[in-house]
Amino acid sequence: MHRYLPHTADDIAAMLERCHAESLESLYSDVPEELRLKGGYDLPGPLSEPELERYFKKEIGSANKPLVCFAGAGMYYHYCPAAVSSLMSRSEFLTAYTPYQPEISQGTLQYIFEYQSMMCELTGMDVSNASMYDGATATAEAVVMAVNASKKRRRVLVSATLAPAVAQVIATYASGAHITLEVIAEDKGVTSRKDFEEMICAGDVAAVVVASPNYYGILEDYEGYADICHEHKALFIVNSHATTLSVLRSPGELGADIACGEAQSLGMPMNYGGPGLGYLCCKRALMRKLPGRIVGATKDALGRRSFVLTLQAREQHIRRQKATSNICSNQGIMTLHAAIYMSLMGADGLARVNRLSAEAAHALADRMLSTGKVVLKYPDRPYLNEFAIETVAPVTADSMLKALADNGILGGVRLTENSVLVAATEMCTPEDIDHYITVLNSL
Amino acid sequence: MNKELYSPLIFELSREGRSGYSLPEYHYSDKPFELPAQFRRGDKPDLPQVDEPTVVRHYTNSSGNNFGVDSGFYPLGSCTMKYNPKVNEAMVGAANVADLHPAQPYDTVQGALRIYRTLEKALSEIGGMAEFTLNPFAGAHGEYTGLMVIRAYHQSRADEARKRVLVPDSAHGTNPASAAMAGFEIVEIKSLADGTVDVEDLKSKLDETVAALMMTNPNTMGMFEKNIPEIAAAVHAAGALMYYDGANLNPMLGVARPGDMGFDVMHINLHKTFSTPHGGGGPGAGPVGVRAGLEKFLPNPRVVESADGSLRVEDGEFAFGRVSAWLGNFTVLVKALAYILTMGPKYLAEVGPLSTLNANYIMNSLNDLYLQPIAGPCKHEFVFDGLKDKSGGVTTLNVAKALLDYGFHAPTIYFPLLFHESLMIEPTETESRQTLDAFIDVMRKIAEEAKSDPDKIKGAPYTTPISHPDEDEAALTPLLTYRDLKK
Repeated sequence: MHRYLPHTADDIAAMLERCHAESLESLYSDVPEELRLKGGYDLPGPLSEPELERYFKKEIGSANKPLVCFAGAGMYYHYCPAAVSSLMSRSEFLTAYTPYQPEISQGTLQYIFEYQSMMCELTGMDVSNASMYDGATATAEAVVMAVNASKKRRRVLVSATLAPAVAQVIATYASGAHITLEVIAEDKGVTSRKDFEEMICAGDVAAVVVASPNYYGILEDYEGYADICHEHKALFIVNSHATTLSVLRSPGELGADIACGEAQSLGMPMNYGGPGLGYLCCKRALMRKLPGRIVGATKDALGRRSFVLTLQAREQHIRRQKATSNICSNQGIMTLHAAIYMSLMGADGLARVNRLSAEAAHALADRMLSTGKVVLKYPDRPYLNEFAIETVAPVTADSMLKALADNGILGGVRLTENSVLVAATEMCTPEDIDHYITVLNSL
Repeated sequence: MNKELYSPLIFELSREGRSGYSLPEYHYSDKPFELPAQFRRGDKPDLPQVDEPTVVRHYTNSSGNNFGVDSGFYPLGSCTMKYNPKVNEAMVGAANVADLHPAQPYDTVQGALRIYRTLEKALSEIGGMAEFTLNPFAGAHGEYTGLMVIRAYHQSRADEARKRVLVPDSAHGTNPASAAMAGFEIVEIKSLADGTVDVEDLKSKLDETVAALMMTNPNTMGMFEKNIPEIAAAVHAAGALMYYDGANLNPMLGVARPGDMGFDVMHINLHKTFSTPHGGGGPGAGPVGVRAGLEKFLPNPRVVESADGSLRVEDGEFAFGRVSAWLGNFTVLVKALAYILTMGPKYLAEVGPLSTLNANYIMNSLNDLYLQPIAGPCKHEFVFDGLKDKSGGVTTLNVAKALLDYGFHAPTIYFPLLFHESLMIEPTETESRQTLDAFIDVMRKIAEEAKSDPDKIKGAPYTTPISHPDEDEAALTPLLTYRDLKK
């Protein structure tokens, strides 16, 4: 007997009798003989719990070495209050399915409603869905959504300063949806305004996608972008890391129609890349074009406030191939993480996270420059908590990152053979920065 | 529990000046950071201001208004709501992945990459495939990924005319939606009275414009497509590929492999067959497997093995593209691997037959009172077309809601679309005979009351945290945020 399989021999015999079946085998009489699995699976196990734990600790865990993190590129190491993981592990939340039965799913539905409300506060948008898989797919779906909303327009302009992984996922989704993507060139680390204006004037543009902060951590000035987009009947899409939204001009203030991106920075563990949380928010006019689940408030038969999945006519289980997207499962419980995190942090806590992260990054950058081993890749560009450097020969990106890694530090993300993207957060101590500089000086 | 005090929205528990965080006050330099004015946000986001005990009580109370697999029987058809083992969660901690950044040097993440590789190999063995990508985030995302592989395959052969994907009329809604996203036209294939694919209708629609046939097997009626060898031969003869939707893989564990049935590309829902929690909607994982010859089209990034056995991540030249920033929902992969190692080949092989036994047991215990439109035996799930005796006017929706009062989750209702009163039941192998008997007793009681006191059943549920919510009003006047409510 296995502890997950409660059937005794007596149970099986009695149940087969009820089914008028002679054996378990006979329940599969419709599976042709030549298709049957013969000889069983060639797999390891079964392992008992102690053996399983030993395997994961000794074979896996000991072969992983977390480093002091100065890397970002879309995934950031932030503080998370202990109460978040404690509440998230409640199995009434964790082991539930998508809330199709609202009468016994108010827990899930209410936290999604709270999450939607908080994301709209951060982005300055009117409507949020109940999550996308990650920031890259959220942005790709934003592009598809904008093209669907425009009906006939097929051109989408994407700034070259978006993260490459995000741009690649957009390109993949666009290829299926027969969307023509065109890249707005980069000019010294920022989107070329001249190119943007020329390209949009050529017409047929459904949407323009930019990042704030951009891939290099630079704060770009998008003043006037939304107006130009709207003059040409194009939608303006802004991609951001959620945490930065609490202090930077919000997509709403920038005049964006759609706000999207990765919300992992809201205190989610990096977990070697996932699960994170894609967010997708929009103006009310686009509400019915939004993909994915949406929760709305209503009243029950006794007039009590209740929450339900709503506007489902957009979705695949109703509309099939005419749906706004194929998305069904999303990042579910990660929206609970985001809601609890934002409740505990509040706007002031988020502002402090941003201030500490920015101070750490600027202190690190200043001291890195003073070593003479690196220079800023884009000097004079404003940034928050992430910046790109160029190494000064003979130092290379590889030699710098290798020396840091040998000292237990993840020094950044390699951009090219002589440039590195460096990030800092409130988790970096002044001593971590001292250590980083000591290693850099030793090169 | 005091529902009144803590159950309002977290925004309504907010009081100016409260907070629930604890951050250091580091002094990094003497130069304070000043955000340039043109980048500064004008207003402060109106997030709740709450202390930690209030947050904890609010969400703890809220969890009491929810029903999970740990709360009770969850016979939701096509969702495979099996028990989510606790040790799987603990193994995420043991694996030491929480603080790994995905851009770390490969020599510091060999354990994480070993998880990816080991799970990929195990799924290949179980699916009868050559190789898997574990990057897709969910089942539908896997379908999309698989279809893009198929597209890349045809394009690599300069076979550009293949613009159509065949989908049975009983398929999950994600199938046609995924095919549309991958740029295909959808052609529906009819089902026969026994719920299986109409092979003649299929053959009449096969030509040089067809890229693939998407199928689940067993299908959404819980019926094994016994003509699958003939179907696969016809599809392949027409130059198209076979796509396996792994949503219904559970009953096939230990019995047959999709690769051996003739499928070329498949996805697996780790949050169904491999026991990872559904999380109220995710995160799941939808790994995609392919037969030999199609590996090179799988999406970037890939985990590859060096000659010395070490692992690294790189992009492939022929990949159709990219569907994720990194390597998918990584912790879900850890949990699925923990499950596979816990079960081993011996117990994994019992999963399929026991899930099928449980479904047949319920079906045979209720088919005198509920209408069974398709003759058995079924596999892991089956469909009733509502009550046999419909004279009291009790619908499938009423039956579903009445179940909630007895502490059971409802089955999937009004799907598949082939019947008017579909009630789709999937018990999974982790349910004991006692649980099934209790469920059967309640279903029989509901059927009797549907005749003796139909109004009582129509008024259900009575004991849940809320009664039936007004969904029409929700759609008519969408109130989607706290700001909307305050207006």
